[in-house]
Amino acid sequence: MRSNRMSNGTITCSAVAEALPGIVDGAKVADFELSRHVETCLRCQAELAQYRKVLRALHQLRTEVLEPAPGLLPDIFASLEAAGERRAMRFLLTGRRAAYVGGIAAATAAGAAGAIVLTTRARQKKHLRLAS
Amino acid sequence: MVPADEARLVAAAQEGDRAAFDELVRLTYAGVYTLAYRLTGNEHDARDVAQETYLRAFRAVKRFRGDSRFATWLYRIAANCASSLLTRRTKHSHEELSGDEPIADLRHEIDPEGMAESGFVRDRLTAALAELPPRLRAVVVLRDVYDLPHEAIAAELGISQEAAKVRLHRARRKLRERLFPMPGEERARAV
Repeated sequence: MRSNRMSNGTITCSAVAEALPGIVDGAKVADFELSRHVETCLRCQAELAQYRKVLRALHQLRTEVLEPAPGLLPDIFASLEAAGERRAMRFLLTGRRAAYVGGIAAATAAGAAGAIVLTTRARQKKHLRLAS
Repeated sequence: MVPADEARLVAAAQEGDRAAFDELVRLTYAGVYTLAYRLTGNEHDARDVAQETYLRAFRAVKRFRGDSRFATWLYRIAANCASSLLTRRTKHSHEELSGDEPIADLRHEIDPEGMAESGFVRDRLTAALAELPPRLRAVVVLRDVYDLPHEAIAAELGISQEAAKVRLHRARRKLRERLFPMPGEERARAV
């Protein structure tokens, strides 16, 4: 592997080239050695200027809005409409299911209560007959 | 869109006002489509991503807390949708997703020389972006065009912040090499 430092400790062009994409936007701060190298190296200055141009051009793309494909807006509204209908249908079905379950539970409870009443009455009649 | 209007529409949409949500769609869909196109590189996928973005936003609008602009929230959803689409496609086709004086130049908008050549550079940049592997393109578009933080990019693309930074580094280098090849790089590309 090639060293990033010369024998006298100074940084090499390839090390600068490796670092430039990370420091061109200020996200990382260039260390002293790197800055000093760039100040005195025309090649690295040129490369840095090119990264700046790339970054500027990328930033300028932000203000550009492409013309959306024809029919996109109606398509979005249609899919939202369908999603809204599905949601409403789910809500309705969930509500109906709850009503069915509630009805069955109520009928079962009523049946059980009726059975208890009938059993109780039958027992009472039996007691009365035995007593008489 | 004025932030106050946006806040009013968002609040209404969160209360279930469909007309308010539709208005938000009308105001933002061109921007969302543009991002989707830049991430996917083709019109068909961009349409799918835009539609899916609004479906997810519709379902989740109540959870939007207003920490960012509504459009930024939509961009994050769009990034996630595009990432999902590209990942699905990869699985099916094995396609490569695919000191004192700062060195950084933060004055992007006040450079007359840059403005003069910007048209030329922009056209070449658009072509160079299209040639980038999608996984590199996504990161550089979200960071350097849409200014999303690394944290948000990593979250929406399902990668670590470190991976996002590495991809950004590679993407910038590839773009620079493609747009402004240094002596020796052009020959290396041709070989």
